[in-house]
Amino acid sequence: MDIHEYQAKKILSDFGVKIPTGGIVYSPENAENKAREIGGSKWVVKAQVHSGARGKAGGIIICNSPLEVADATDKLLGKKLITNQTGPEGKIINRIYIEEATDIKHELYLGLVFDRSSESIMVVASTEGGMSVEEISKEKPETIIRSKIEVAVGIQQFQAREIAFGLGIESKLISRAANTIIGCYKAFSELDATMVEVNPLVVSHQDEILALDCKMSFDNNAMFRRDEIAELRDKTQENSNEVYASDRGMNYVSLDGNIGNIINGAGLAMASMDMIKLAGGEPANFLDVGGGATPEKIVKAFKLISMDTKVKVILVNIFAGINRCDWVAEGIVQALSKIEIKHPLVIRLAGTNVEKGNEILKKSNINYIEASTLEDAANKAVKALG
Amino acid sequence: MSIIIHKNTKILVQGFTGKIGSFHAEEMIKYGSNVVGGVTPGKGGMTHLNLPVFNTVKEAVDQTGASTSILFVPPAFAADSAMEAADAGIKTCVAITDGIPSHDMVKIKRYMKRYPKDKKMGLVGPNCAGIISPGKSMLGIMPGHIYKEGKIGIVSRSGTLGYEAAQQLKDLEIGVSTSVGIGGDPINGSSFRDIIEKFENDDETIAVLMIGEIGGPQEVEAGQFAKENMSKPVIAYIAGLTAPKGRVMGHAGAIVSAYGESAIEKVELLKECGVTISKNPSVMGETVKKVLVENNLN
Repeated sequence: MDIHEYQAKKILSDFGVKIPTGGIVYSPENAENKAREIGGSKWVVKAQVHSGARGKAGGIIICNSPLEVADATDKLLGKKLITNQTGPEGKIINRIYIEEATDIKHELYLGLVFDRSSESIMVVASTEGGMSVEEISKEKPETIIRSKIEVAVGIQQFQAREIAFGLGIESKLISRAANTIIGCYKAFSELDATMVEVNPLVVSHQDEILALDCKMSFDNNAMFRRDEIAELRDKTQENSNEVYASDRGMNYVSLDGNIGNIINGAGLAMASMDMIKLAGGEPANFLDVGGGATPEKIVKAFKLISMDTKVKVILVNIFAGINRCDWVAEGIVQALSKIEIKHPLVIRLAGTNVEKGNEILKKSNINYIEASTLEDAANKAVKALG
Repeated sequence: MSIIIHKNTKILVQGFTGKIGSFHAEEMIKYGSNVVGGVTPGKGGMTHLNLPVFNTVKEAVDQTGASTSILFVPPAFAADSAMEAADAGIKTCVAITDGIPSHDMVKIKRYMKRYPKDKKMGLVGPNCAGIISPGKSMLGIMPGHIYKEGKIGIVSRSGTLGYEAAQQLKDLEIGVSTSVGIGGDPINGSSFRDIIEKFENDDETIAVLMIGEIGGPQEVEAGQFAKENMSKPVIAYIAGLTAPKGRVMGHAGAIVSAYGESAIEKVELLKECGVTISKNPSVMGETVKKVLVENNLN
């Protein structure tokens, strides 16, 4: 789960990381007042959307008066921001963060992630702040500092100091920088985060170490014990079909193609998408209805796919193990008696009692194309596009 | 021989009396697995499915001599149960539970390091289908009858894709020595490398089918291990060719976040290691057959 910049900054500041003074606003009037309240002579108006690269997309505006702050807010609110990470549909701007401008001396990069190789938490830092970590890895790999943290004891002062010295921070600011790194680590480890990225982390001309921009992601599997994080979710930043699916316990990812998929198991779902691609088609979605594939789940899955206007053909691929094919087939028949499907439907059943399952489908009055293998199913789905 | 589980392996079910635990324990018993009892804290002394229930894993191990456990405990309590198993001297624990937080998995793995190598528990999963040695024992939630007894080792992240492979092999009259589901989570107990090493050392296994997917370094690490240490052929399929970067595809671990984690990159890196690639998921069985013929192993 992702959260907004201003939410992440609030969290980090609770863990002792310094952030510029700022506040969230929902209207131009509100913004003007907030700028006066913050004080100073220069402000930054920042669109709050779940995406990086907002600056290049026009989502971050520097202003020299409270009136300019109001104008910039007026310009951004309610618009869709299209960045190189949002896709062409963009993301709606419903919240604006107003912040005092910072007098930047150095821009640094600081990130924390799980390292899947060593199964520990990894701190990644670089002197090249403001670039994405991918760009830094490509263009300035020699500037990257990595530090593995032993999770049983957590980050140590010396580790944080080593990183700070590695970033070339002046001696008098080392303990401030180390505390910033330790604060980020604590936020990561105590709140079930999967990513904390401060980019840039800046050293100001006033000798402050500040988190200027920040992204945090959290482990969806840990939300049962993180009410305070779960309530930060902003569904307006997510694809509406994906929200519908996740609220109903389905794993769904919206894609650009036109062949809708209903599949049980994540691996089989990815494999079916691959087969569609190899057959010359494009999948409209990833959907794993779960190992169970109960009739209730299949009804929900058909509802979800029929909400997607891109879909021209539907492909159902179920490998029934313990929950036999005849039972799955009954579920499909039941689902289709409740929902009208206008598009061609290809069904491939495999596993236990496959003959019985296909028999049930044939005897029902549903209009579908039967397929035998994964390859056959994909070919027939692409052909059905016409 | 098979790997990890054999005909007489004594099995405990953690989360025995719950709905899911009961259902699958019964399926395992029907298959012929030697389930000797279960653990549900607070229900010790009861009898369930004609087997004893214990309060603690330690007590269960003491009284039954079980070496192996399967875990159906809900995500919030699963880490605790896995560590309890490790502490009670369980040799292999298969965690079926889907949805264990990553921070808990890191904690479990760190906890297991306190034991010397010969006393350290092997954890398989979580979020996996489990293990089956066809005709001998089933320690998982798979449909046992789709696996024919034989000599191919299967190791797969995905459950259903592993079933698909077993079925394709069966249709070609090729059997399986052991099939291991390692699960779809980013931090897991056993890696592909851990399992293929066991297959290399198993007399009965003649070739290994590895079914991977996008995300993480484990498929490529296994490929490098195979190149340097394996005499047996390895065949692989990697799912997720069409998966967009940075999105989680169902499995929490199925996300491309670094170089070498996409399906295309993994396929290229595995080829360099001498692994034969099944070009699509429909021909996993055929590809295994072809490799067997080429190596005079059929």
